[in-house]
Amino acid sequence: MNIAVLSGKGGTGKTTIATNLALLLEANYVDCDVEEPNGFIFLEPEDIKSRDVEVEIPKIDQEKCILCGDCIEACKFNALAKTKNKIILFDKLCHSCGACGLACPTKAIEYTKRAIGKIEEGKRGNISLKRGIMNIGEPMAVPILKELLKELSEEGINILDSPPGTSCNVVNVLHYAHRALLVTEPTAFGLHDLKMAVELVKRLNIPFGLIINKYDENNPYLKEYMEEENIELIGKIPFRREIAENYSKGQTLIHVEKYRGYFQQIIGNIEEVLL
Amino acid sequence: MRLGIISGKGGTGKTTIATSIAELEKGSVRIDADVEASNMYLYYEGKDMDKEYFSGSYVAHVDTNLCIQCGICNEVCKFHAIDLGKVNQLKCEGCGACTIVCPEKAISLVEEKTAHIYRTEIPDGNIFRAEMEIGGDGSGLLVSRLRQKAEKYGKNSLTILDGSPGIGCSVIASITGNHWVLIVTEPTKSGLEDFIRVYELTKHFNIPSMACINKYDINEEVTWEIESYCKDNDIPLVGKIPFDETVVQSINQLKPIIYYEDSKANKAIRDMWGRMKEDYIKI
Repeated sequence: MNIAVLSGKGGTGKTTIATNLALLLEANYVDCDVEEPNGFIFLEPEDIKSRDVEVEIPKIDQEKCILCGDCIEACKFNALAKTKNKIILFDKLCHSCGACGLACPTKAIEYTKRAIGKIEEGKRGNISLKRGIMNIGEPMAVPILKELLKELSEEGINILDSPPGTSCNVVNVLHYAHRALLVTEPTAFGLHDLKMAVELVKRLNIPFGLIINKYDENNPYLKEYMEEENIELIGKIPFRREIAENYSKGQTLIHVEKYRGYFQQIIGNIEEVLL
Repeated sequence: MRLGIISGKGGTGKTTIATSIAELEKGSVRIDADVEASNMYLYYEGKDMDKEYFSGSYVAHVDTNLCIQCGICNEVCKFHAIDLGKVNQLKCEGCGACTIVCPEKAISLVEEKTAHIYRTEIPDGNIFRAEMEIGGDGSGLLVSRLRQKAEKYGKNSLTILDGSPGIGCSVIASITGNHWVLIVTEPTKSGLEDFIRVYELTKHFNIPSMACINKYDINEEVTWEIESYCKDNDIPLVGKIPFDETVVQSINQLKPIIYYEDSKANKAIRDMWGRMKEDYIKI
């Protein structure tokens, strides 16, 4: 069972929720925010093993190439261009789709590999911790996400700590999710972005529940929206400066007696409502 | 003068600061470039002036009358997005590999509806923003198009771009071509790690950057770490903004923080902008 934690807006508390739940549930943790992964700061894995994520890029055999330009026409990502006497590749624009090779009439295109990031895997007690990290300057996170998510443990629960936003990165995480936890904050911005995340999980037919982080009493419009859309409230974490300070030091909340209960309640509700 | 505001980590206060600077510098052109979760424009009740359709990618379309369900398309699709002529639109990247191999020429590429771009007129200028289709591709291209559209309005003024979190395509599109980038960070271990990564990104693309620490008093120790990192790397640290609950109120009332006279954050942001203008941002 894979549970994705997402939010739309950044900085609402995805990683706080995901890391604390992983520890309390003894679930595997997968940091899918490969542009800015932060979960390991809180979970401190041991025995980290690291490997590169590679994508295929075309390599043109200049002897066979007749400069016809069919590959350029086939490439919908503008990754190929023709100079006076050769075809050149802008490797960061390449989506590794293989269309250029299919279009080439002289079979002058072969494929070679290029690293765009890493996967790191470690342990904390019995749980496995995994993250993807994109190399600086790379535009595309999706190939790293696919590699990160393709062989998840089938036993128990995997918590997928998602990136912010609602575009291709998040969609690719959700392709692997059986359930979703949406984390929001009770502000006008939080609500606006939550609506987009709700629309996305609904479109993908993923059962979901809501967690309100930085909760305070006076937020009428979030309540109204939840009623309108019939959204299940799974839990609330209060707005406390102390929690922010705790987070700033890279500490988990379940180890603070007075906050542990909030997460126990979330787990109870997940079991009751989502599983 | 073009100034981009980014952060690496989400929720550090990009939009609060971008909007404040735009309000302090009346007549600024504003670009809400967090196209997946745009918030800056929420501050304004403007009038949408021109609306432009934007397509950032293609998607495969199969003519079912021609398709013989041979499955050759399945074999070439690297994204597992097509199965016997049935296309999964969310997986399809619009590369067209299937169109090349289809023996019946049953597949073509059509533009995928990705976003609408708006120029919204507000009392002291314009804000450029996009409404992106949920789950859409091509946010980097969309940011580039937004900036292109805004360009002619910002010739003699400040153009301020409110970027998205992360270091991927939309952030790259948000920083390239700026005169300066302001990185808004926060003194948390995550904030610091993300700050370093996004700073390295600006360096990679040769964009001059400066930094400010929001909510600096949440953890003075990490604030100190950020300050020394800035010093070691010659990054101008232009502001330290204290934690201030008025900021939450300001967001909920959709009234920029600089209009709350007693707010500590307001004062710090005004000081910061004064410093930025004096030393770096020449309009």
